[in-house]
Amino acid sequence: MTKLNINGKTVELEFDEGTPLLWVLREQAGLTGTKYGCGIAQCGACTVHIDGNPVRSCVYPASAVRPTQQVTTIEGLSESGDHPVQQAWQELDVPQCGYCQSGMIMAAAALLAKNAAPGDDEISTSITNICRCGTLQRVRQGIHRAVEISRETQTS
Amino acid sequence: MSEGNIKLSRRTFIVSAGASGAGLVLGLTLPVSGRAKAGVAVTEEVNAWVVVQPDDTVVIRIARSEMGQGTLTGLAQMVAEELECDWNKVTWEYPTPGENLARDRVWGSFATGGSRGIRGSHQYVREGGAAARMMLVEAAAMQWQVPVAECSAANSVITHAPSGRRTTYGKVATAAARLVPPTEIPLKDPKDWKLIGQPAKRLDTRGKLTGEQIYGSDLSLPGMLNAAIKACPVFGGTVAGFEADKVSDMPGVKGVVQVDDNAVAVIADTWWRAKSALDVLPIEWDEGPNAQISQADIQARVREGLTADSAFIGNSAGDIKAALTGATTRVEATYSYPFLNHATMEPMNATALWTKDACEVWCPTQNGESALAAAAEAADLPLEQCDVHKMLLGGGFGRRGGGDYVRQAVLIAKQMPGVPIKLLWSREEDMKHGFYHPITMARMEGGLDEDGNLIALQIRISGQSILAGRIPEALQDGKDPIVFQALSPDGDHAISYKIPNLLVDHAMRNSHVPPGFWRGVNVNQNAVYMECFLDEMAHAAGVDPLTFRQRLMQENPKGLAVLNAAAEGAGWGTPAPEGVFRGLATCYAFGSHVAACAEVSVDDGGKLKMHRIVAATDPGYAVNPQQIRAQVEGSFVYGLSALLYEECTVKDGEIEQENFDTFPSLRIAEMPKVETIVMPSGGFWGGVGEPTIAVAAPAVLNAIFAATGKRIRNVPLKGQNLLSA
Ligand code: FES
Ligand code: FES
Repeated sequence: MTKLNINGKTVELEFDEGTPLLWVLREQAGLTGTKYGCGIAQCGACTVHIDGNPVRSCVYPASAVRPTQQVTTIEGLSESGDHPVQQAWQELDVPQCGYCQSGMIMAAAALLAKNAAPGDDEISTSITNICRCGTLQRVRQGIHRAVEISRETQTS
Repeated sequence: MSEGNIKLSRRTFIVSAGASGAGLVLGLTLPVSGRAKAGVAVTEEVNAWVVVQPDDTVVIRIARSEMGQGTLTGLAQMVAEELECDWNKVTWEYPTPGENLARDRVWGSFATGGSRGIRGSHQYVREGGAAARMMLVEAAAMQWQVPVAECSAANSVITHAPSGRRTTYGKVATAAARLVPPTEIPLKDPKDWKLIGQPAKRLDTRGKLTGEQIYGSDLSLPGMLNAAIKACPVFGGTVAGFEADKVSDMPGVKGVVQVDDNAVAVIADTWWRAKSALDVLPIEWDEGPNAQISQADIQARVREGLTADSAFIGNSAGDIKAALTGATTRVEATYSYPFLNHATMEPMNATALWTKDACEVWCPTQNGESALAAAAEAADLPLEQCDVHKMLLGGGFGRRGGGDYVRQAVLIAKQMPGVPIKLLWSREEDMKHGFYHPITMARMEGGLDEDGNLIALQIRISGQSILAGRIPEALQDGKDPIVFQALSPDGDHAISYKIPNLLVDHAMRNSHVPPGFWRGVNVNQNAVYMECFLDEMAHAAGVDPLTFRQRLMQENPKGLAVLNAAAEGAGWGTPAPEGVFRGLATCYAFGSHVAACAEVSVDDGGKLKMHRIVAATDPGYAVNPQQIRAQVEGSFVYGLSALLYEECTVKDGEIEQENFDTFPSLRIAEMPKVETIVMPSGGFWGGVGEPTIAVAAPAVLNAIFAATGKRIRNVPLKGQNLLSA
């Protein structure tokens, strides 16, 4: 049994050596919001945060996560689905099929945590997730809108 | 709003688990619709399309599949328009294909492809909404004992004006359900639409933002096991043998089974364990004769077709031979377009539960009924004893119309009766076992008169036929009519231009690589061939590419208006920013007129930057303009990924590419700004999901020519020098 801190809760999970964090989250912790798209760190569908940093969990061995580290998945990004990125995404109807969106949202949230108002160039270098439906334009707009929403909530 | 999801089968399946004999009631543990979650009693339907709850929640039944394209919301808007219900109280659910069958296909076709979701069902879904409204109003009138004609409905409220009485849909729904459905169902005049044409928000967004949306690959059922599969990498090859005992002791492994004659699956408690065991399972393949085939062989065969004597004629006018001979200027060019995988973001998957009496499947599918047929055939059971629960798709693009993965899941489940088994393909399996965009080439020959007008055009397409590979019974005397999409004499894919002497024909050259319907289908390559070559002709004529096209579109005013809108929107004819060049493309596909004007620059190192694309579309009626914009933007990403990077190639009979590292997709950094002009002219119903994809690539290619003077005639651009030097 290994202790992991996922979405603020410590859980004890059993998994084989070498199992990627993605599959421990999906199959042991029952958190299926994090998706499998490629398994080789290409697409970003599996993006979660470890101590706030975006990580492609399909190539990150669960055994490398220390019990003191905080793993955050899409399910734990906000209490009621109202993180500024989620609000912006809802407002602009960003998702199409939605399958890549957990990863997109986690990547965008990690970017905003580091940089409260990223410019277009920073968005271009930081968001490298694949979306086969092609929501990229709205993802960009959504990040800009999330910046505004954060500001509005801070000042109100 | 909507949390709609899978609906409980009304005929709850009670299947006896073969091995244990224990009864297993299915469905109850499934993710279910909002109303069931809330513990609301299931109400009778008003009709097949509409259920109204006592709390006025309106559940609209959706037959077509939602795969991101927004059809679900558009269809609900159309039902709600005629129903006159409160849009904020609308939710949705899928009926199952089994229910459709049991009710004489009351919901019509479940097929979701060819951009037909809306245009193929607008009439009967609106009638469904209107009929339900008529019954609700009639029920209220009967309660009040007043003439129906004195009652009206709006926003889920029924009013009897003379007495001022009011009631809501929820209060009369049960009574309405008992009435005889009307036979005469008048529909609104489009000018009176209030909801159709509005940029309503999608009904399926919320769960996609929180991780709550359950896709097929997320499904979990009690006692479920997971399967990973590997089919012979060479198409047509078979399993010669495998050493199950080498992996049967690995953690979690429950079984190693053969699936059909060409695949092996490992079943384990988790998918990761199944896949880990499959990765080390020794399998011997009998690759068969196809293992000798390489890309060069396929290309040579397609190239040969370019000059072959016999070909199927798709469109002809005038006397092409004489016109070409008499032309002042003649231009020739050869183009090519490769195999492409769909690479839906969510790999293929299906979950199946089989017993000797029943079979249930949960899967993402673009055609619930064909999934049901595939399930029943694999289950060896009558259709009536099977059902399919459609899950939201993690992308479709034409890939999920077939039943290959459904069949596999059922064949695996059959080997463990009573145990639900979820089959999930790895990305590698998905890349190597698709139904690929067909490979084709085109030899183009055009003639100009002394005034620079196009008087003759000959197009010889050579290559694969999708119908021959997928639906051979749809061939017409051996001819595949859909290879001529956007070049046809008439119909939904009529050629945009009037060319006095024309010959378009097709030399069918199939390969062992299974072809499929890939978003945009044959319009993708045909628009590249036609629109880039027209640009070549305009250049040879010394005529502006817009003017050149306009001259040929005088009899196609709607197409011309769309082309003009895209050109004007981009500022065609006015100077572009320094170093930026423009290219145009237009076509008529899936019943819609579309056009694009791309702005690109190519730097001294030959690096392409796509700055902006202005797109215009006239789909006749625009049900949800903001979703149309989303489809245009999205289709451009898909089409431009193909233009820039994507190609599947064959080595030793198998597809070489395995994952997104060798089959890349456009990233946000490369995404041009897309400006979409939605200009519905009314009077017809055109498609949305596919038409625009086809104009992105030729517009960019023509802009590259404007920037560099070099014609790129082979797709993708990857690895090609864009500069003339
Ligand atoms: S699944 Fe991890 S990056 Fe694609
Ligand atoms: S929304 Fe479908 S892959 Fe991104």
